[in-house]
Amino acid sequence: MSPRSARRRSGVGRLPSLLIVLGCLGLALFVVPLAGLLGRVPWSDLPELLTSDVVTDALRLSLIASVSATAISLVVGVPLAWLLARVEFWGRSLVRGIVTLPLVLPPVVGGAALLFALGRRGLVGEPIGELTGLLLPFSTWGVIVATTFVAMPFLVITVEGALRNMDLRFEGAAATLGAKRWTVMRRVTMPMIAPSLVAGLVLTWARAFGEFGATVTFAGNLQGRTQTLPLAVFVALESERDTAVAISLLMVVVSLVVLIALKDRWWKAL
Amino acid sequence: MTKVRLTLIAGLSLVLAACGGPEAETTMAVGGSTSSLPGGLEGEVLVSAAASLTDAFAQVEAQFEVANSGVDVVLNLAGSSALRDQILEGAPADVFASANTSNMDQVAEAGEVAGESQTFAQNLLQIAVPSGNPATITGLEDFGRDELLIGLCAEGVPCGDFAREALANAGVTPAIDTNEPDVRALLTKVEAGELDAGITYVTDVASTGGALDGVDIPDDVNVVADYPIAVLANAPNPDAAAAFIDFVLSDEGQAVLAEFGFVAP
Repeated sequence: MSPRSARRRSGVGRLPSLLIVLGCLGLALFVVPLAGLLGRVPWSDLPELLTSDVVTDALRLSLIASVSATAISLVVGVPLAWLLARVEFWGRSLVRGIVTLPLVLPPVVGGAALLFALGRRGLVGEPIGELTGLLLPFSTWGVIVATTFVAMPFLVITVEGALRNMDLRFEGAAATLGAKRWTVMRRVTMPMIAPSLVAGLVLTWARAFGEFGATVTFAGNLQGRTQTLPLAVFVALESERDTAVAISLLMVVVSLVVLIALKDRWWKAL
Repeated sequence: MTKVRLTLIAGLSLVLAACGGPEAETTMAVGGSTSSLPGGLEGEVLVSAAASLTDAFAQVEAQFEVANSGVDVVLNLAGSSALRDQILEGAPADVFASANTSNMDQVAEAGEVAGESQTFAQNLLQIAVPSGNPATITGLEDFGRDELLIGLCAEGVPCGDFAREALANAGVTPAIDTNEPDVRALLTKVEAGELDAGITYVTDVASTGGALDGVDIPDDVNVVADYPIAVLANAPNPDAAAAFIDFVLSDEGQAVLAEFGFVAP
Protein backbone atom coordinates (compact mmCIF):
# COMPACT_ATOMS: atom_id res chain seq x y z
CA MET A 1 0.00 0.00 0.00
CA SER A 2 1.48 3.37 -0.95
CA PRO A 3 1.65 6.06 1.74
CA ARG A 4 -0.64 8.24 -0.31
CA SER A 5 -3.48 5.74 -0.34
CA ALA A 6 -2.99 5.03 3.37
CA ARG A 7 -3.32 8.70 4.11
CA ARG A 8 -6.38 8.99 1.96
CA ARG A 9 -7.98 6.07 3.68
CA SER A 10 -7.19 7.49 7.11
CA GLY A 11 -9.10 10.59 6.14
CA VAL A 12 -12.31 8.66 5.72
CA GLY A 13 -12.21 5.35 7.54
CA ARG A 14 -9.55 5.24 10.26
CA LEU A 15 -9.22 7.95 12.90
CA PRO A 16 -6.44 10.38 11.93
CA SER A 17 -3.67 9.59 14.39
CA LEU A 18 -2.25 13.13 14.54
CA LEU A 19 -5.60 14.46 15.66
CA ILE A 20 -5.83 11.79 18.32
CA VAL A 21 -2.37 12.65 19.66
CA LEU A 22 -3.01 16.40 19.71
CA GLY A 23 -6.48 15.93 21.13
CA CYS A 24 -5.16 13.76 23.93
CA LEU A 25 -2.45 16.34 24.61
CA GLY A 26 -5.22 18.91 25.01
CA LEU A 27 -7.20 16.57 27.22
CA ALA A 28 -4.15 15.93 29.40
CA LEU A 29 -4.05 19.60 30.30
CA PHE A 30 -7.41 19.15 32.03
CA VAL A 31 -7.03 15.63 33.35
CA VAL A 32 -3.56 15.93 34.89
CA PRO A 33 -4.39 18.75 37.35
CA LEU A 34 -7.54 16.87 38.31
CA ALA A 35 -5.43 13.81 39.05
CA GLY A 36 -3.05 15.98 41.03
CA LEU A 37 -5.96 17.20 43.12
CA LEU A 38 -7.35 13.70 43.64
CA GLY A 39 -3.89 12.52 44.71
CA ARG A 40 -3.92 15.04 47.56
CA VAL A 41 -7.42 14.28 48.88
CA PRO A 42 -7.33 13.21 52.54
CA TRP A 43 -10.02 10.56 51.99
CA SER A 44 -10.35 9.34 55.58
CA ASP A 45 -10.74 12.85 57.02
CA LEU A 46 -13.11 13.91 54.26
CA PRO A 47 -16.44 13.60 56.14
CA GLU A 48 -15.08 15.59 59.05
CA LEU A 49 -13.50 18.27 56.85
CA LEU A 50 -16.61 18.71 54.70
CA THR A 51 -19.00 19.07 57.65
CA SER A 52 -17.01 21.80 59.39
CA ASP A 53 -18.68 25.20 59.92
CA VAL A 54 -16.47 26.90 57.38
CA VAL A 55 -17.43 24.48 54.62
CA THR A 56 -21.18 24.29 55.29
CA ASP A 57 -21.41 28.09 55.59
CA ALA A 58 -19.49 28.53 52.35
CA LEU A 59 -21.56 25.90 50.54
CA ARG A 60 -24.79 27.56 51.63
CA LEU A 61 -23.56 30.97 50.46
CA SER A 62 -22.29 29.55 47.17
CA LEU A 63 -25.67 27.97 46.43
CA ILE A 64 -27.58 31.13 47.38
CA ALA A 65 -25.29 33.34 45.28
CA SER A 66 -25.12 31.09 42.21
CA VAL A 67 -28.85 30.37 42.08
CA SER A 68 -29.71 34.05 42.64
CA ALA A 69 -27.27 35.11 39.95
CA THR A 70 -28.84 32.63 37.53
CA ALA A 71 -32.37 33.80 38.35
CA ILE A 72 -31.44 37.47 37.91
CA SER A 73 -29.71 36.64 34.62
CA LEU A 74 -32.88 34.93 33.42
CA VAL A 75 -35.06 37.92 34.29
CA VAL A 76 -32.86 40.66 32.82
CA GLY A 77 -30.40 38.77 30.62
CA VAL A 78 -32.92 37.15 28.26
CA PRO A 79 -34.63 40.47 27.44
CA LEU A 80 -31.17 41.96 26.88
CA ALA A 81 -30.31 39.10 24.51
CA TRP A 82 -33.59 39.66 22.67
CA LEU A 83 -32.85 43.38 22.25
CA LEU A 84 -29.37 42.63 20.94
CA ALA A 85 -30.62 39.99 18.51
CA ARG A 86 -33.80 41.58 17.21
CA VAL A 87 -33.58 45.35 17.50
CA GLU A 88 -31.25 47.28 15.28
CA PHE A 89 -29.99 50.36 17.00
CA TRP A 90 -27.01 52.64 16.75
CA GLY A 91 -24.07 51.37 18.83
CA ARG A 92 -25.32 47.81 19.08
CA SER A 93 -21.83 46.38 18.58
CA LEU A 94 -20.57 48.58 21.38
CA VAL A 95 -23.36 47.39 23.68
CA ARG A 96 -22.63 43.77 22.80
CA GLY A 97 -18.95 44.37 23.51
CA ILE A 98 -19.72 45.85 26.90
CA VAL A 99 -22.01 42.93 27.77
CA THR A 100 -19.32 40.43 26.75
CA LEU A 101 -16.52 42.27 28.56
CA PRO A 102 -16.84 40.36 31.87
CA LEU A 103 -16.02 37.16 29.94
CA VAL A 104 -12.56 38.40 29.03
CA LEU A 105 -11.70 40.86 31.78
CA PRO A 106 -9.81 39.59 34.81
CA PRO A 107 -12.57 39.23 37.44
CA VAL A 108 -10.49 41.32 39.85
CA VAL A 109 -10.82 44.25 37.45
CA GLY A 110 -14.58 43.72 37.39
CA GLY A 111 -14.63 43.59 41.19
CA ALA A 112 -12.66 46.82 41.47
CA ALA A 113 -14.97 48.51 38.94
CA LEU A 114 -17.99 47.37 40.95
CA LEU A 115 -16.38 48.73 44.11
CA PHE A 116 -15.80 52.14 42.53
CA ALA A 117 -19.36 52.21 41.18
CA LEU A 118 -21.45 50.52 43.86
CA GLY A 119 -19.27 50.82 46.96
CA ARG A 120 -19.98 52.99 49.95
CA ARG A 121 -18.09 55.87 48.31
CA GLY A 122 -19.03 54.76 44.79
CA LEU A 123 -20.56 56.69 41.93
CA VAL A 124 -23.97 55.03 42.35
CA GLY A 125 -23.41 53.30 45.67
CA GLU A 126 -23.11 56.48 47.73
CA PRO A 127 -26.51 58.00 46.74
CA ILE A 128 -28.19 54.58 47.04
CA GLY A 129 -26.68 54.11 50.48
CA GLU A 130 -27.86 57.55 51.60
CA LEU A 131 -31.40 56.90 50.35
CA THR A 132 -31.89 53.32 51.46
CA GLY A 133 -29.08 52.48 53.85
CA LEU A 134 -28.24 49.52 51.61
CA LEU A 135 -24.54 48.70 51.60
CA LEU A 136 -23.40 46.18 48.98
CA PRO A 137 -19.73 45.55 49.81
CA PHE A 138 -19.19 43.09 52.68
CA SER A 139 -22.77 41.80 52.32
CA THR A 140 -24.34 38.74 50.71
CA TRP A 141 -26.08 41.10 48.26
CA GLY A 142 -22.64 42.21 47.14
CA VAL A 143 -21.68 38.58 46.46
CA ILE A 144 -24.82 38.16 44.34
CA VAL A 145 -24.09 41.33 42.36
CA ALA A 146 -20.47 40.31 41.73
CA THR A 147 -21.35 36.77 40.61
CA THR A 148 -24.18 38.04 38.37
CA PHE A 149 -21.81 40.54 36.77
CA VAL A 150 -19.35 37.82 35.88
CA ALA A 151 -21.81 35.04 34.97
CA MET A 152 -24.67 36.71 33.08
CA PRO A 153 -22.76 37.23 29.80
CA PHE A 154 -22.81 33.44 29.30
CA LEU A 155 -26.62 33.51 29.18
CA VAL A 156 -26.83 36.63 27.03
CA ILE A 157 -24.47 35.43 24.31
CA THR A 158 -25.99 31.94 24.21
CA VAL A 159 -29.56 33.16 23.95
CA GLU A 160 -28.66 35.94 21.54
CA GLY A 161 -26.98 33.42 19.24
CA ALA A 162 -30.04 31.17 19.35
CA LEU A 163 -32.38 34.06 18.55
CA ARG A 164 -30.23 35.10 15.61
CA ASN A 165 -30.05 31.59 14.15
CA MET A 166 -33.76 31.04 14.51
CA ASP A 167 -35.85 30.95 11.38
CA LEU A 168 -37.96 34.08 11.63
CA ARG A 169 -40.64 32.59 9.35
CA PHE A 170 -42.09 30.59 12.25
CA GLU A 171 -42.75 33.74 14.24
CA GLY A 172 -44.08 35.39 11.09
CA ALA A 173 -46.46 32.49 10.43
CA ALA A 174 -47.79 32.57 13.97
CA ALA A 175 -48.39 36.30 13.71
CA THR A 176 -50.15 35.85 10.36
CA LEU A 177 -52.43 33.32 12.02
CA GLY A 178 -53.45 35.99 14.49
CA ALA A 179 -51.21 35.27 17.48
CA LYS A 180 -50.46 38.30 19.61
CA ARG A 181 -46.84 39.31 20.12
CA TRP A 182 -46.68 37.88 23.66
CA THR A 183 -48.27 34.61 22.50
CA VAL A 184 -45.71 34.31 19.71
CA MET A 185 -42.95 34.85 22.24
CA ARG A 186 -44.41 32.27 24.64
CA ARG A 187 -45.60 29.60 22.20
CA VAL A 188 -43.08 29.87 19.34
CA THR A 189 -39.90 31.77 20.23
CA MET A 190 -39.25 30.40 23.71
CA PRO A 191 -39.80 26.72 22.82
CA MET A 192 -37.51 27.08 19.81
CA ILE A 193 -34.64 28.55 21.82
CA ALA A 194 -35.29 26.37 24.89
CA PRO A 195 -32.19 24.13 24.47
CA SER A 196 -29.93 27.19 24.23
CA LEU A 197 -31.69 28.80 27.14
CA VAL A 198 -31.11 25.74 29.32
CA ALA A 199 -27.49 25.43 28.21
CA GLY A 200 -26.95 29.14 28.88
CA LEU A 201 -28.54 28.92 32.31
CA VAL A 202 -26.39 25.94 33.30
CA LEU A 203 -23.19 27.65 32.14
CA THR A 204 -24.21 30.82 33.94
CA TRP A 205 -24.83 28.88 37.13
CA ALA A 206 -21.52 27.02 36.84
CA ARG A 207 -19.56 30.23 36.29
CA ALA A 208 -21.34 31.86 39.24
CA PHE A 209 -20.63 28.83 41.43
CA GLY A 210 -16.90 29.12 40.75
CA GLU A 211 -16.64 32.92 40.93
CA PHE A 212 -13.72 34.21 42.99
CA GLY A 213 -11.95 37.38 41.86
CA ALA A 214 -14.83 39.82 41.53
CA THR A 215 -16.42 38.52 44.72
CA VAL A 216 -13.37 38.91 46.93
CA THR A 217 -12.55 42.32 45.47
CA PHE A 218 -16.06 43.74 45.70
CA ALA A 219 -17.70 41.88 48.58
CA GLY A 220 -14.74 40.90 50.73
CA ASN A 221 -14.32 37.64 52.58
CA LEU A 222 -16.15 36.81 55.82
CA GLN A 223 -17.38 33.42 56.89
CA GLY A 224 -21.18 33.16 56.84
CA ARG A 225 -21.66 36.47 55.04
CA THR A 226 -19.48 36.71 51.95
CA GLN A 227 -17.17 33.69 52.03
CA THR A 228 -18.25 31.39 49.18
CA LEU A 229 -16.54 28.06 48.47
CA PRO A 230 -13.86 29.48 46.13
CA LEU A 231 -12.92 32.09 48.76
CA ALA A 232 -12.81 29.42 51.45
CA VAL A 233 -10.44 27.36 49.28
CA PHE A 234 -8.15 30.32 48.71
CA VAL A 235 -7.92 31.22 52.38
CA ALA A 236 -7.49 27.59 53.45
CA LEU A 237 -4.60 27.13 50.99
CA GLU A 238 -2.51 29.45 53.16
CA SER A 239 -2.80 27.36 56.29
CA GLU A 240 -5.03 24.27 56.07
CA ARG A 241 -4.10 22.43 52.89
CA ASP A 242 -6.39 19.45 53.64
CA THR A 243 -9.49 21.64 54.01
CA ALA A 244 -8.62 23.44 50.80
CA VAL A 245 -8.31 20.17 48.90
CA ALA A 246 -11.55 18.82 50.39
CA ILE A 247 -13.49 21.93 49.33
CA SER A 248 -11.91 21.79 45.89
CA LEU A 249 -13.06 18.20 45.52
CA LEU A 250 -16.57 19.22 46.59
CA MET A 251 -16.62 21.94 43.92
CA VAL A 252 -15.31 19.61 41.24
CA VAL A 253 -17.94 16.99 42.01
CA VAL A 254 -20.88 19.41 42.17
CA SER A 255 -19.83 21.22 38.98
CA LEU A 256 -19.13 17.99 37.10
CA VAL A 257 -22.51 16.51 38.01
CA VAL A 258 -24.26 19.59 36.67
CA LEU A 259 -22.17 19.83 33.51
CA ILE A 260 -22.57 16.12 32.72
CA ALA A 261 -26.32 16.43 33.25
CA LEU A 262 -26.22 19.02 30.47
CA LYS A 263 -27.05 16.54 27.73
CA ASP A 264 -25.54 16.49 24.26
CA ARG A 265 -28.67 18.04 22.83
CA TRP A 266 -28.08 21.15 24.89
CA TRP A 267 -24.37 21.31 24.18
CA LYS A 268 -25.27 21.48 20.50
CA ALA A 269 -27.45 24.46 21.29
CA LEU A 270 -24.55 26.49 22.63
CA MET B 1 -1.11 18.14 7.64
CA THR B 2 1.88 20.36 6.85
CA LYS B 3 0.01 23.34 8.16
CA VAL B 4 -0.79 21.57 11.41
CA ARG B 5 2.85 20.58 11.78
CA LEU B 6 4.07 24.09 11.13
CA THR B 7 1.66 25.48 13.67
CA LEU B 8 2.81 22.89 16.15
CA ILE B 9 6.46 23.78 15.57
CA ALA B 10 5.69 27.47 15.84
CA GLY B 11 3.78 26.86 19.05
CA LEU B 12 6.56 24.74 20.52
CA SER B 13 9.22 27.28 19.71
CA LEU B 14 7.11 29.95 21.35
CA VAL B 15 6.87 27.85 24.48
CA LEU B 16 10.60 27.18 24.40
CA ALA B 17 11.35 30.85 23.89
CA ALA B 18 9.12 31.73 26.80
CA CYS B 19 10.78 29.13 29.03
CA GLY B 20 14.29 30.04 27.94
CA GLY B 21 13.90 33.79 28.30
CA PRO B 22 14.32 34.52 31.98
CA GLU B 23 17.02 31.91 32.43
CA ALA B 24 19.10 33.36 29.61
CA GLU B 25 18.72 36.80 31.08
CA THR B 26 19.72 35.68 34.55
CA THR B 27 22.83 33.98 33.20
CA MET B 28 23.77 37.14 31.42
CA ALA B 29 23.12 39.23 34.48
CA VAL B 30 25.37 37.03 36.59
CA GLY B 31 28.08 36.32 34.05
CA GLY B 32 28.43 39.79 32.59
CA SER B 33 31.22 41.29 34.64
CA THR B 34 32.20 44.82 33.80
CA SER B 35 35.57 46.49 33.48
CA SER B 36 37.80 45.96 36.45
CA LEU B 37 38.94 48.71 38.75
CA PRO B 38 42.27 48.27 40.46
CA GLY B 39 41.65 47.33 44.09
CA GLY B 40 37.90 48.06 43.92
CA LEU B 41 34.86 45.80 43.75
CA GLU B 42 33.52 44.89 40.37
CA GLY B 43 30.83 43.01 38.49
CA GLU B 44 27.21 42.48 39.16
CA VAL B 45 25.56 41.59 42.44
CA LEU B 46 22.11 40.00 42.26
CA VAL B 47 19.97 40.88 45.27
CA SER B 48 16.80 38.84 45.84
CA ALA B 49 14.70 41.09 48.04
CA ALA B 50 11.18 40.95 49.47
CA ALA B 51 8.59 42.94 47.52
CA SER B 52 7.98 45.25 50.49
CA LEU B 53 11.57 46.49 50.07
CA THR B 54 10.97 47.61 46.45
CA ASP B 55 11.10 51.37 47.00
CA ALA B 56 13.65 51.38 49.80
CA PHE B 57 16.13 49.07 48.02
CA ALA B 58 15.87 51.02 44.76
CA GLN B 59 17.21 53.99 46.72
CA VAL B 60 19.82 51.85 48.51
CA GLU B 61 20.95 50.49 45.13
CA ALA B 62 21.39 53.98 43.69
CA GLN B 63 23.49 55.18 46.62
CA PHE B 64 25.55 51.98 46.79
CA GLU B 65 26.40 52.27 43.10
CA VAL B 66 27.54 55.85 43.56
CA ALA B 67 29.94 54.68 46.27
CA ASN B 68 31.02 51.58 44.29
CA SER B 69 31.12 52.59 40.64
CA GLY B 70 32.43 49.19 39.50
CA VAL B 71 29.46 47.29 40.86
CA ASP B 72 26.05 46.95 39.25
CA VAL B 73 23.31 45.92 41.67
CA VAL B 74 20.47 43.93 40.09
CA LEU B 75 17.31 43.70 42.20
CA ASN B 76 15.13 40.60 41.97
CA LEU B 77 11.95 41.53 43.81
CA ALA B 78 9.18 39.08 44.76
CA GLY B 79 7.34 37.70 47.75
CA SER B 80 9.77 36.28 50.32
CA SER B 81 8.41 32.75 49.96
CA ALA B 82 8.76 32.87 46.17
CA LEU B 83 12.38 34.06 46.53
CA ARG B 84 13.01 31.28 49.03
CA ASP B 85 11.75 28.73 46.49
CA GLN B 86 13.92 30.23 43.73
CA ILE B 87 17.02 29.97 45.91
CA LEU B 88 16.18 26.42 47.01
CA GLU B 89 15.68 25.48 43.34
CA GLY B 90 19.19 26.72 42.57
CA ALA B 91 18.58 30.10 40.93
CA PRO B 92 21.82 32.09 41.17
CA ALA B 93 21.75 35.07 43.55
CA ASP B 94 24.27 36.83 45.76
CA VAL B 95 22.11 38.30 48.51
CA PHE B 96 18.78 37.31 50.05
CA ALA B 97 16.74 39.89 51.98
CA SER B 98 13.57 38.39 53.44
CA ALA B 99 10.52 40.05 55.00
CA ASN B 100 10.34 37.46 57.76
CA THR B 101 12.68 35.13 59.59
CA SER B 102 10.98 31.84 58.69
CA ASN B 103 11.84 32.03 54.99
CA MET B 104 15.46 32.94 55.80
CA ASP B 105 15.61 30.06 58.30
CA GLN B 106 14.46 27.59 55.65
CA VAL B 107 17.13 28.83 53.24
CA ALA B 108 19.75 28.57 56.00
CA GLU B 109 18.65 25.05 56.94
CA ALA B 110 19.17 23.99 53.33
CA GLY B 111 22.78 25.16 53.62
CA GLU B 112 22.30 27.98 51.12
CA VAL B 113 23.44 30.80 53.42
CA ALA B 114 27.12 31.74 53.75
CA GLY B 115 27.81 32.55 57.40
CA GLU B 116 24.94 33.98 59.42
CA SER B 117 21.99 36.14 58.46
CA GLN B 118 21.61 39.54 60.14
CA THR B 119 18.49 41.53 60.92
CA PHE B 120 18.84 44.80 59.02
CA ALA B 121 15.39 46.32 59.51
CA GLN B 122 12.13 45.94 61.34
CA ASN B 123 8.63 46.75 60.26
CA LEU B 124 5.86 47.63 62.69
CA LEU B 125 2.13 47.35 62.31
CA GLN B 126 0.04 50.44 61.83
CA ILE B 127 -3.69 51.08 61.53
CA ALA B 128 -4.52 52.23 58.00
CA VAL B 129 -7.53 54.52 57.62
CA PRO B 130 -8.92 56.38 54.60
CA SER B 131 -7.44 59.82 54.04
CA GLY B 132 -8.80 62.22 56.65
CA ASN B 133 -9.84 59.37 58.96
CA PRO B 134 -13.62 59.82 58.46
CA ALA B 135 -14.54 57.33 61.19
CA THR B 136 -12.13 59.01 63.65
CA ILE B 137 -10.28 55.83 64.53
CA THR B 138 -7.95 56.38 67.48
CA GLY B 139 -6.60 52.94 68.28
CA LEU B 140 -7.03 49.18 68.27
CA GLU B 141 -10.07 49.46 70.62
CA ASP B 142 -12.08 50.79 67.66
CA PHE B 143 -11.69 47.39 65.98
CA GLY B 144 -14.23 46.01 68.45
CA ARG B 145 -16.95 48.47 67.34
CA ASP B 146 -19.59 46.58 65.40
CA GLU B 147 -20.93 49.64 63.53
CA LEU B 148 -17.60 50.24 61.78
CA LEU B 149 -16.37 48.40 58.70
CA ILE B 150 -13.17 46.65 59.71
CA GLY B 151 -10.77 44.59 57.59
CA LEU B 152 -7.74 42.45 58.37
CA CYS B 153 -5.50 40.20 56.29
CA ALA B 154 -6.72 36.59 56.45
CA GLU B 155 -5.29 34.15 58.95
CA GLY B 156 -2.21 32.41 57.58
CA VAL B 157 -1.10 35.53 55.70
CA PRO B 158 1.77 37.13 57.73
CA CYS B 159 0.04 40.52 58.08
CA GLY B 160 -3.13 38.76 59.25
CA ASP B 161 -1.36 36.71 61.89
CA PHE B 162 0.61 39.73 63.15
CA ALA B 163 -2.58 41.82 63.31
CA ARG B 164 -4.41 39.19 65.38
CA GLU B 165 -1.41 39.01 67.70
CA ALA B 166 -1.50 42.79 68.24
CA LEU B 167 -5.28 42.77 68.83
CA ALA B 168 -4.87 39.96 71.35
CA ASN B 169 -2.11 41.96 73.06
CA ALA B 170 -4.51 44.88 73.33
CA GLY B 171 -7.31 42.62 74.57
CA VAL B 172 -9.59 43.53 71.68
CA THR B 173 -11.99 41.09 69.98
CA PRO B 174 -12.32 42.54 66.48
CA ALA B 175 -15.71 42.84 64.72
CA ILE B 176 -14.23 41.86 61.36
CA ASP B 177 -16.14 42.54 58.14
CA THR B 178 -13.62 41.05 55.75
CA ASN B 179 -10.47 38.87 55.81
CA GLU B 180 -8.49 40.00 52.78
CA PRO B 181 -6.22 37.57 50.91
CA ASP B 182 -3.20 39.91 51.04
CA VAL B 183 -2.10 43.29 52.31
CA ARG B 184 -2.52 44.95 48.90
CA ALA B 185 -6.19 43.94 48.69
CA LEU B 186 -6.77 45.30 52.19
CA LEU B 187 -5.06 48.60 51.36
CA THR B 188 -7.18 48.99 48.21
CA LYS B 189 -10.42 48.74 50.19
CA VAL B 190 -9.25 51.15 52.87
CA GLU B 191 -7.95 53.58 50.26
CA ALA B 192 -11.32 53.48 48.44
CA GLY B 193 -13.03 54.39 51.72
CA GLU B 194 -14.97 51.12 51.74
CA LEU B 195 -13.40 50.09 55.03
CA ASP B 196 -13.08 52.39 58.02
CA ALA B 197 -9.86 50.76 59.15
CA GLY B 198 -7.44 47.90 58.56
CA ILE B 199 -4.15 46.75 60.06
CA THR B 200 -1.11 46.82 57.76
CA TYR B 201 2.61 47.62 58.01
CA VAL B 202 3.95 51.11 58.65
CA THR B 203 5.81 50.94 55.32
CA ASP B 204 2.58 50.16 53.42
CA VAL B 205 0.93 53.29 54.71
CA ALA B 206 4.06 55.32 53.92
CA SER B 207 4.19 53.96 50.35
CA THR B 208 0.70 55.13 49.37
CA GLY B 209 1.85 58.73 49.45
CA GLY B 210 -1.02 60.32 51.36
CA ALA B 211 -3.93 58.30 49.95
CA LEU B 212 -4.07 56.63 53.36
CA ASP B 213 -3.56 57.92 56.87
CA GLY B 214 -1.86 55.90 59.57
CA VAL B 215 -2.84 55.62 63.22
CA ASP B 216 0.02 54.38 65.39
CA ILE B 217 -0.27 51.28 67.53
CA PRO B 218 1.40 51.66 70.95
CA ASP B 219 4.76 49.85 71.25
CA ASP B 220 3.63 47.68 74.16
CA VAL B 221 1.02 45.89 72.02
CA ASN B 222 2.58 46.26 68.56
CA VAL B 223 4.19 43.31 66.80
CA VAL B 224 7.63 43.54 65.20
CA ALA B 225 8.43 41.89 61.87
CA ASP B 226 12.18 41.21 61.47
CA TYR B 227 13.87 41.54 58.06
CA PRO B 228 17.00 39.36 57.82
CA ILE B 229 19.66 39.62 55.09
CA ALA B 230 22.48 37.21 54.15
CA VAL B 231 25.11 36.38 51.53
CA LEU B 232 24.16 33.15 49.77
CA ALA B 233 26.46 30.12 49.80
CA ASN B 234 26.65 29.94 45.99
CA ALA B 235 26.97 33.68 45.44
CA PRO B 236 28.80 34.32 42.15
CA ASN B 237 30.14 37.61 43.55
CA PRO B 238 30.54 37.15 47.33
CA ASP B 239 32.80 40.16 47.91
CA ALA B 240 30.39 42.61 46.34
CA ALA B 241 27.54 40.85 48.14
CA ALA B 242 29.23 41.38 51.51
CA ALA B 243 29.89 45.01 50.62
CA PHE B 244 26.23 45.51 49.73
CA ILE B 245 25.10 44.10 53.09
CA ASP B 246 27.64 46.28 54.90
CA PHE B 247 26.16 49.26 53.10
CA VAL B 248 22.58 48.29 54.07
CA LEU B 249 23.71 48.05 57.72
CA SER B 250 25.70 51.31 57.55
CA ASP B 251 24.33 54.63 58.77
CA GLU B 252 23.73 55.71 55.19
CA GLY B 253 21.76 52.53 54.37
CA GLN B 254 19.78 52.67 57.59
CA ALA B 255 18.87 56.30 56.91
CA VAL B 256 17.35 55.27 53.56
CA LEU B 257 15.34 52.48 55.19
CA ALA B 258 14.11 54.87 57.89
CA GLU B 259 12.97 57.25 55.18
CA PHE B 260 10.64 54.52 53.91
CA GLY B 261 9.20 53.73 57.33
CA PHE B 262 11.44 50.87 58.44
CA VAL B 263 12.80 50.76 61.97
CA ALA B 264 16.44 50.07 62.83
CA PRO B 265 16.84 46.68 64.57
